[in-house]
Amino acid sequence: MKDKGLRSVDKLSRNRIKSLIIKLLVLCFWLLVWELLSRGINQELFLPSPKNVFLTVIELSKTSVFWISILNSFLRIIIGFIIGLVIGAALAAIAYKSRLLFELISPLMKVIKATPVASFIILALVWINSVNLSILIAFLMVLPVSFSNIVHGLNSRDEKLLEMAKIFGIGRWKRIRAIYLPAVMPFFISAISIGLGFSFKSGIAAEVIGRPMNSIGLNLYEAKLYFMIKELFAWTLVIILLSVLFEQIVMRMLRYYNNTKSN
Amino acid sequence: MDIKVNNICKSFNGQQVLDNISMSFSEGEVTCIMGASGVGKTTLAYILMGLLEPDSGTITGLKDKKMAAVFQEDRLIEHWDAIKNIMLVSNKDMTIEKVQRHLSEIGLREYEGKPVKDLSGGMRRRVAIVRALLSNYDVLIMDEPFKGLDEELKKKVITYVKEYTRGYTRIIITHDREEVEMLEAKLITLI
Repeated sequence: MKDKGLRSVDKLSRNRIKSLIIKLLVLCFWLLVWELLSRGINQELFLPSPKNVFLTVIELSKTSVFWISILNSFLRIIIGFIIGLVIGAALAAIAYKSRLLFELISPLMKVIKATPVASFIILALVWINSVNLSILIAFLMVLPVSFSNIVHGLNSRDEKLLEMAKIFGIGRWKRIRAIYLPAVMPFFISAISIGLGFSFKSGIAAEVIGRPMNSIGLNLYEAKLYFMIKELFAWTLVIILLSVLFEQIVMRMLRYYNNTKSN
Repeated sequence: MDIKVNNICKSFNGQQVLDNISMSFSEGEVTCIMGASGVGKTTLAYILMGLLEPDSGTITGLKDKKMAAVFQEDRLIEHWDAIKNIMLVSNKDMTIEKVQRHLSEIGLREYEGKPVKDLSGGMRRRVAIVRALLSNYDVLIMDEPFKGLDEELKKKVITYVKEYTRGYTRIIITHDREEVEMLEAKLITLI
């Protein structure tokens, strides 16, 4: 029995190592493609090599402006993202309870979803100062995603379990924990995954237009203005890493929460 | 107070399932309902549970009564273990030790920590039965509760159910006349 357990743990870690190696090979492949393209074009001004971009990131990271910009942009985008996620979830819960409210809220979410982010950014610049612009934009990007995903999750609840809960007179909080949360969780995780990517992309776009002091967006803008292509690539790489890293952390936390809750 | 079913009719998409059905269930007694497949036994159970509205007819004697049920499909929280499933429906004063004692009695003690989705059909059935028996109820409705259990296990589970439900009003749907005899139940046959 113990041997069998150890064997399955071994198999699990072997699978993890295998998956990690595959991921590294894929990364190497695309870095190679980038390197070959850069060599083929042979113009650092159009496409710098990956090595030069990484070296630029290291150079930038030696300055305090780099870290302050990352912190400022990251915090603002995450604040917008969290507010959007929470309000989207709350609106979804309200819409789930009342058909009328669903009909009222739904078109608003569709309009927000369909409006080009550039329109929001330009409009928002009229309403608020550029410092808070990325908070509002990240919020607006994640709000409809959170709303629609959680509505879908709530609608996918198991009716038979709800009947069971009704017969046994299970209270509201127990119903939420036992029936609604497991139904909503996969949709919630998907909302986080999609919403985070949207928030980072649109939040930085807002900063490029609004140009608040000490922000990633301002650095990107200046890199473009002065034709500093390596810096432009370096900052883009930082944004991607930031977005992926944060998504990974959140996903791991959620998976851990899910596992501990189900055991 | 006895439960009285008076002239219940129910149809689905124009198909009459229950046609003017009347019967009564004595308080504190066990009654088995038998009948061929498709005769409306489960529909009647759903109407008694309040999950379906009859097209016409009335039911008396169920007002303010707390119910427990064993459904045909178990209806357990799949990723939870047996103890959590049982504690979900039980009173605040229920203890894990008591649940464990019951699981032991029904041969499930060593599986108590496994998610129920990993248990066999027969084990899940027994978890659903313990869940119903340890909930707070006045009327217990069981829809083919012993289906899928082998003969020896069935006897053990029926003895367990008899012992812990004595004095409560019990309505049990079954296909098996032997179960009716073992339960020492009053029999109603739906035609």
